[in-house]
Amino acid sequence: MFDTITLGQYYQTDSLLHRLDPRVKLVGTFVYLISLFVVDSFAGYLLAGLFLAVMIMLSNVPFRYIVRGMKTIVFLLLITVVFNLFLTPGEVIWHAGIFKITREGLTFAIKMAVRLSLLILGSSIMTLTTTPTQLTDALESLLRPLKKVHVPVHEIAMMMSIALRFIPILMEETDKIMKAQIARGADFESKNIVKKIKSMVPLLVPLFISAFRRANDLAMAMEARCYRGGEGRTKMKPLVYHGRDRVAYMVLLAFFAICILTRIFF
Amino acid sequence: MGIKIDDICFEYERGTAMQVTALDHISAEIPDNQFIGLIGHTGSGKSTFVQTLNGLLKPTSGHIYYNGEDISGEKFDKKKLRSDVGLVFQYPEHQLFEIDVLSDVMFGPRNLGLSDAEAKKRALEALESVHMPEKYYKSSPFDLSGGQKRRAAIAGVLAMRPKILILDEPTAGLDPKGRDSILGMISDMKKKLNMTIILVSHSMDDVARYVDRIMVMGGGKLLYDDEPVKVFRHVQELENLGLAAPQITYIMKLLREKGLDVSTDALTVEEAAAEIMAHRRELHV
Repeated sequence: MFDTITLGQYYQTDSLLHRLDPRVKLVGTFVYLISLFVVDSFAGYLLAGLFLAVMIMLSNVPFRYIVRGMKTIVFLLLITVVFNLFLTPGEVIWHAGIFKITREGLTFAIKMAVRLSLLILGSSIMTLTTTPTQLTDALESLLRPLKKVHVPVHEIAMMMSIALRFIPILMEETDKIMKAQIARGADFESKNIVKKIKSMVPLLVPLFISAFRRANDLAMAMEARCYRGGEGRTKMKPLVYHGRDRVAYMVLLAFFAICILTRIFF
Repeated sequence: MGIKIDDICFEYERGTAMQVTALDHISAEIPDNQFIGLIGHTGSGKSTFVQTLNGLLKPTSGHIYYNGEDISGEKFDKKKLRSDVGLVFQYPEHQLFEIDVLSDVMFGPRNLGLSDAEAKKRALEALESVHMPEKYYKSSPFDLSGGQKRRAAIAGVLAMRPKILILDEPTAGLDPKGRDSILGMISDMKKKLNMTIILVSHSMDDVARYVDRIMVMGGGKLLYDDEPVKVFRHVQELENLGLAAPQITYIMKLLREKGLDVSTDALTVEEAAAEIMAHRRELHV
């Protein structure tokens, strides 16, 4: 039932992007997101689009698979476009009754749509090529300086990786419970809002119980293996920068610099 | 009339690198009033197969007919199908949610649009069929023991009065005593309620003594579909699939190899004992 949600799910394959150090990808995504707000011209968006296209090609993830994930956010995109299109004041170029489209609105709506699509595609490229474990490892490593001011960096990273790890499990569980209740005649497709909320009870109660049971089991299993937090803990696969990661940092820097330049000159 | 399965296939994650063929051209017929064992190793496709039978999963190709009607047809009443073909999932106790056992069992009949009185009547019948002690009717389903929870959950499906009841590994995670009591209960139910039961399992010993027919699945294919005795003659092939014949079949086979002329078709210890006794003359030679 949920196998159509591909947005942000790790896609197992081998590629340059998959092999890059997760810290590079995390920083890279962050830089890319900022650059989308730095550029403000069509030339800039073209550059950002091209950069993303190259990344998608380097990631070896089939384009169809990425686009399928986008389906879930088409609605959000549409609302943004429609609101910007009709509600931006300025020079009117088309109107019918109370609806009017302005030149500013049109430009703004297109920019917004492009920016949002690139934003989501950009961040999903990271999650498609990086496992959640790598991601939290990277986060822990990048935030390590904060330990000096007594931020429990390891614990936060551990909580994040557990939470991420549980998403597919809980999704599968939801699917199973949903099917079991449908087999008992439950109706999850009712249009009536009251009925819809009521129909969630047979789903949510078992789901919560199972989430608590799993959390309890996991805590027990971790304690049984003497987990005591981050103090003195070593890693099986410590993160090490390779030559390709340094090159990637340089490419990122160059990309960001060009983005700033387009902002100044276009 | 039952269910007719006509050449169905099913693939998970279709069109991605993770595509898995779970069902590979399966055809079979499930008549009324038969006790069927569906056997297969983990990942053989048996759970997927039973989910297609009540329309929870739609086959990617092929058709399933219930009483002659195509269940993926536009006008087909899926709700009616789901009450007629009851499906008890693995670990069904994970679906319990109501404040007491009785209300939980009433959930199914209520969804069929029955009155509270009728739903209660059916729930009480179902709870009796699964041998649930009356003192638990008003307790929270979460306070019951594992075996009792499972009985309550099975009653929840039974209360819809299905004509075909499918139980997916109803003994998973139970101790030997709990297992025997659940299997005995299912066998009683079959005798009393005259319905078709499909018992999904990976253990031959579980099903051998109860069922009229065994379907063996492996790698998404239906490999054998016959009377138990005939299926167990393929011991070697079953072992290659990671399955095994009932233990008693092995003992009889060994006896035969040692020169005792017994038939290896016995399915239960009692049958085997009778067979050996019939040949006891040879024992003294």
